[in-house]
Amino acid sequence: MPKRKQDGPVASDGGFAIKDCALAAIATGRHAQNLKELRDEIETIDPACLLYHFWAGLLRPIFDDPRFNNGFARWVFQSLHNQPLAERLSVIDPTDFDTPDGLRRELVDVIEEELDRSEVLPWTSREQQFFFIRSQIVVFSTNRTIHDPSELPDAVATMTASSIFYHFIDARRRTPNGVDDFSTWLTDLQDVKYAQLCTRLAGVDPYFKTLLEIREELLEVFNEYLPA
Amino acid sequence: MSTFRRSPAGAATQEPNGMSHLLEEYARVAGESAVDHLRQLSTPLEGMKVVHVNSTRVGGGVAEILEKLVPLKQELGIDATWEVIEGDAEFYATTKSFHNALQGNRVHISDEELRHYEEINEANAAALRPALEDADVVFIHDPQPAPLLGLMPDRKGIWIWRCHIDVSHPHRPVWRYLRDVVAGYDASIFSLAAFAQDLPHVQYLIPPSIDPLSDKNTELGPDEIDAVYRKFDLDPDRELMLQVSRFDRFKDPVGVIEAYRLAKKFSPGLQLVLAGGTATDDPEGMAVLNETEAAAGEDTDIHILLLPPDAHRTINALQRAADIVLQKSTKEGFGLTVAEAMWKGKPVIGGDTGGIRLQIVNDHTGFLVSTPEGAALRIRYLLHHRDKLVEMGEKARSFVRENFLLTRHLREYLTAMVALTGKAEDRIEL
Repeated sequence: MPKRKQDGPVASDGGFAIKDCALAAIATGRHAQNLKELRDEIETIDPACLLYHFWAGLLRPIFDDPRFNNGFARWVFQSLHNQPLAERLSVIDPTDFDTPDGLRRELVDVIEEELDRSEVLPWTSREQQFFFIRSQIVVFSTNRTIHDPSELPDAVATMTASSIFYHFIDARRRTPNGVDDFSTWLTDLQDVKYAQLCTRLAGVDPYFKTLLEIREELLEVFNEYLPA
Repeated sequence: MSTFRRSPAGAATQEPNGMSHLLEEYARVAGESAVDHLRQLSTPLEGMKVVHVNSTRVGGGVAEILEKLVPLKQELGIDATWEVIEGDAEFYATTKSFHNALQGNRVHISDEELRHYEEINEANAAALRPALEDADVVFIHDPQPAPLLGLMPDRKGIWIWRCHIDVSHPHRPVWRYLRDVVAGYDASIFSLAAFAQDLPHVQYLIPPSIDPLSDKNTELGPDEIDAVYRKFDLDPDRELMLQVSRFDRFKDPVGVIEAYRLAKKFSPGLQLVLAGGTATDDPEGMAVLNETEAAAGEDTDIHILLLPPDAHRTINALQRAADIVLQKSTKEGFGLTVAEAMWKGKPVIGGDTGGIRLQIVNDHTGFLVSTPEGAALRIRYLLHHRDKLVEMGEKARSFVRENFLLTRHLREYLTAMVALTGKAEDRIEL
């Protein structure tokens, strides 16, 4: 039987265990056709749905306008044609909130403000409704563990996109401080020489990029701070 | 009833690296990590008895998927089998009505027809009982065998209803009946979120897939492509558009002919191939074929081909020969022909409906259209912007590699099985 646990990247011997992942999408049967319905559903939807619509899109190739980096913003732009609201929804960073309810409150507040301002309530067609989805994440072992930060550039260079998702995106909802796995491991090593590297990693913006672009940026950072 | 068992579970030939031939071939196309994920996911499922049940061995997307999915599960150590129920013409006429009603047509199904539908399922249940009651996981595909669940009171495993149909806006009286039939399942699987329904169990979203190694999708040499030009009297020096699908009104073959006529005014050399087959569970096929032939009239540049169910390499060659592929459905559960054409680097003009929307990223991997006029405009655009046609085709192939290959499909089935048999919730660590 598979284990169910939530943990960081640190292997039992203190190394960094490289993992990979896949998401299984699950329908909730709940949907919205206008802004009021979107707000009402967000008020009560499973918190896992909020996270899915913020992050899971990264696991698919991006062809859409990358300005709108979560599912709510994209739907508001593409189906309701409300660009100002889409922009306000896009700047919401889920890692700013300690709990999913904080994120939920922020989404509802932004939508409420728009509803207060609006004199009409645009509807989308029944074919373009917003469908709330949640997911199960499956975590795979790659049987690779690195023991020294100097190995990070080579390791990151060969990681799959979904492995980057696991260590750089999923980590934010899994680790106590809401940071990526690389920073968690480097901080655990308690060596001040990695402090700047962690600050630099915090500056890698996970929005607006595909996972492979994120991998390239991580690689640049590691090559800069951890020269061979 | 007939049972499909390619080889005993776990008996696949092993390479020195521990990988079977079949898995190794998929690793070459989809990547080593994709196959490694399958092996990890299948570890907790090893030795489990898994039975798939549907209503046809050949013809249609479901049979094509099961033909490869079942042997792959076997190679991963799962004791997987595939059972096909049997019915008479009246049964298939009723299940076709189910299909049409679930896709939104206002079709009446009489009590007598429903009784016969249930009786046929009872007869199949009697024959399948030992296999199904003993199974750890049972996948029932589509409405035809759905009542089997209620006929297996001593079942011990997890039962999953896999719905391949676009049920986003079903005819309500028919859905009410079917909902009672499927509500007792432990889980269901739909291809799109829009198809999910109000059901009292978990509903996975798993789009189907194409098999990159099958005869329909494997690479072909130029000789085989040249051969279809000769065989079907096509001119390789003139533009060719193609729709491959069963002769079914929801696939709108007559709308494709309209689009072709509108586009031909601007590309007089344009040729159209409508290539389809029939499935044993589709009694309407011949009627729609006749309508299509009537719409084509005397136009010698319209080629209507009724192909046998095993004409996979011919379809492959036609898709590779075509400049543009259409799938102008008005309703579509998924439309595997879209992914097939995209895999061959063709931009696809598809109906803005169902699973086609998941495959065609509008303006990037093809175009979504709602009318013959819309299709005609996109045909003209692509035929006069060859650079765009090539660029879209390249994006389309890459999109399929990422999202619609069999390995991704199997991974998601295995994930659902691991989650359901292990009672896992939102995180499964292997």
